[in-house]
Amino acid sequence: MLGEGILKGMAETAKNFFGSYVSKERLTTVEYPEERVPAAENARAFPFLVYDGPDWQAGLRCVSCQICEKECPPKCILIEKSKDKKPDYVGKPQFYPVRFDIDLSVCMSCQICVEVCPFDAIKMNTEFALATDDRFGGLLFSREKLAKSNEYYHSIHPTEAAEVDARLAEEKAKVEAKAKAAAEAAAAKAAVSASPAEGGN
Amino acid sequence: MVSTSFFTALDRIFFLLRDWLVGFLPVALRPAAGVLLGVIAIVAVFPGFFALTTVFERKGLGRMQNRLGPNRVGPFGFFQPVADGIKALTKEDVVPYRSDRIVHFLAPLVLVVTVFLGFAVLPMGRNMVLADMDAGLLFFFAMGAATELSIFMAGWSSHNKYSLLGAMRGIAQMISYEVVLLLSAVSVVMIGGSLSLSKIVEAQNSYSGVFPHWYIFTPWGFAGFVVFAIAATAETNRSPFDLPEGESELVAGYHTEYSGFKFALFFLGEYLAMFSISGLGTTLFLGGWSAPLSFFDFVPSWIWFFGKVMLSIFVFIWMRGTLPRLRQDQLMNFAWKFVLPFTLLNLFVTALWRFLGEGWLRWAVCSAILVAAWALMGRVGMRRKHFGPRSYRYAE
Amino acid sequence: MSPIFYILAAVTLGGGLAAVLLRQLVHAALAATVAFAGLALLYLQLDAQFVGFAQVLVYIGAVAILIVFAILLTRGSEVPKDGVFSRTWAVGLVVAAAVFAVLGWAVLASLRALPLAEAAPAATVHEIGVALVGRYVLPLEIVGLLLTAATVGAVIVALHEKERPKQ
Repeated sequence: MLGEGILKGMAETAKNFFGSYVSKERLTTVEYPEERVPAAENARAFPFLVYDGPDWQAGLRCVSCQICEKECPPKCILIEKSKDKKPDYVGKPQFYPVRFDIDLSVCMSCQICVEVCPFDAIKMNTEFALATDDRFGGLLFSREKLAKSNEYYHSIHPTEAAEVDARLAEEKAKVEAKAKAAAEAAAAKAAVSASPAEGGN
Repeated sequence: MVSTSFFTALDRIFFLLRDWLVGFLPVALRPAAGVLLGVIAIVAVFPGFFALTTVFERKGLGRMQNRLGPNRVGPFGFFQPVADGIKALTKEDVVPYRSDRIVHFLAPLVLVVTVFLGFAVLPMGRNMVLADMDAGLLFFFAMGAATELSIFMAGWSSHNKYSLLGAMRGIAQMISYEVVLLLSAVSVVMIGGSLSLSKIVEAQNSYSGVFPHWYIFTPWGFAGFVVFAIAATAETNRSPFDLPEGESELVAGYHTEYSGFKFALFFLGEYLAMFSISGLGTTLFLGGWSAPLSFFDFVPSWIWFFGKVMLSIFVFIWMRGTLPRLRQDQLMNFAWKFVLPFTLLNLFVTALWRFLGEGWLRWAVCSAILVAAWALMGRVGMRRKHFGPRSYRYAE
Repeated sequence: MSPIFYILAAVTLGGGLAAVLLRQLVHAALAATVAFAGLALLYLQLDAQFVGFAQVLVYIGAVAILIVFAILLTRGSEVPKDGVFSRTWAVGLVVAAAVFAVLGWAVLASLRALPLAEAAPAATVHEIGVALVGRYVLPLEIVGLLLTAATVGAVIVALHEKERPKQ
């Protein structure tokens, strides 16, 4: 019969109309500022810098190798290398950035900086509500604002952060083992070189 | 007896109010002031309804799509129209450089004025009609016809292809469906025997037992009402007939180049047209201000009228929430090849009803003809349609 | 002659003149609509409700729309460069003057033939309807037939031409 489909459709919308008042499951709306959907684990917005330990200045993983600065397609990263060095997570002395600025108004969230970083120092944040009334200074993030703890990284990307931690720990262990082996070898060598000298004497 | 007089007073409350207000004036000015008050009441009440309807529509549509709808401004979002109004008033009024300024300015005014004029003949309650004309129905349709010109003015003066296309579509659609609208109203005139809307309501305001003699409860009236509803939806450019402003293809149709308060006027005009056409449908088929069951007669008549109008508006919103937009050729085919022949047949059936006299025979004959025609036209119309996956010639 | 009559007459005449004189075709059509509206109001002022509303419905709702559609669908609405006056305006003027003379003569003659009644007969819609299907039923049917023929003709003109079989 003509018009049957229309009546069926009307019945469907009527069901929705009245159903939405009685069953909460129908309403999928999340009222944003008050309640939020937790960000997906692989969500990404803008980069941030990871640091280990309690002090961000001491624990910053970045060694200011400036690869990200060079790779960044829109050129929104500015790094100034330090003159002196500080020990990194394995204890090796490294440069550190005295200045690390990202202009978030230019950043296009491509994640290339994250992919090229050999030190797992820069990662993508999930914080997206960065609106500000100062469009020049307000979106130019310096290293104070960019630095986030490793715990924070774990909280937003747990799987990825665990992998990174495992890798870093492995590397550290390797380096330590190597250092230990080197030290032992050196000690043995020293012992070996010492004994003929002794013998020679 | 106290309660009866109370309800009578409530029924006449607007008259009492008017007489009280007019009483402050010198006697010579009273008739003119009374008329003026009636005009002011219409000009004030219906935009208020418009504001309420916008928020109800958005909330209702939201619920039909399992959303919440606006709920931020004020309690449950009911002050949303206030915010919208402030926004429309304070927005910059952009007039395109190459537009025809005078016509561009006049178009929304012509629309709103002609639509408001249509309310003058609607009986909104017992004796509550501003201008009880002998040819009220004709006046209503004359005003409806004049709105088409404003749509053309808007579309042409904007100097924008979307506006012009929207206007052309709008006018083509309105002319096509106006024929249907008029013809479906003619059957009511045939039975009611008058073009005066208050007489048509009077003709329906009687009861068999408790049931009213509304025209919708007759075979020809029901068919006429269905056709009238279709034509009214098309005439007011509401979904699924909202091609003139189909935003997916025409930006906003003929009001693409309108901003600020002029856009608000267009919006107001469209909603007012919806109210007035609902009012007309109520008057013609749903018994106007008469009560649905005889023992509800004590409730003030204007409550029934506005209740029925509100119900029709809910159906409008409901259809908008349900049906997808038609294509232009579908729209035209539907008007000229289906609705118009059916309306003509309905006229014939109405004449039969008139001359077969009282009794069960006319019920049987009229219903049989209409149902058979409906089924037959549906069958014939659908015969050449192939539903199923669509095949594309070039886009595979 | 009330002041309302003079206002309406001015509106009608102004609209008519503007329709003739304006350069932009669409403006001319809209001005013609103003003239139609003025005429309708004049009818209403004469208590001829049915005629007045029919004037609005038919002339503003249909004829004006038909005119603007014709303008838009044919020549476009550009302003002609060489003015709106035809080269044969003198002939047109003669024809117009002749028509006006005939109309004026007819009106004046009818005034003499039918002296002004004290009160205009109030023709209700009901009476008009009875007259249409009673005394004037033949003209009505002829007009209906004519319009039907015109509609059928329009449909035939608008029909898709069937592709002819190749010879």
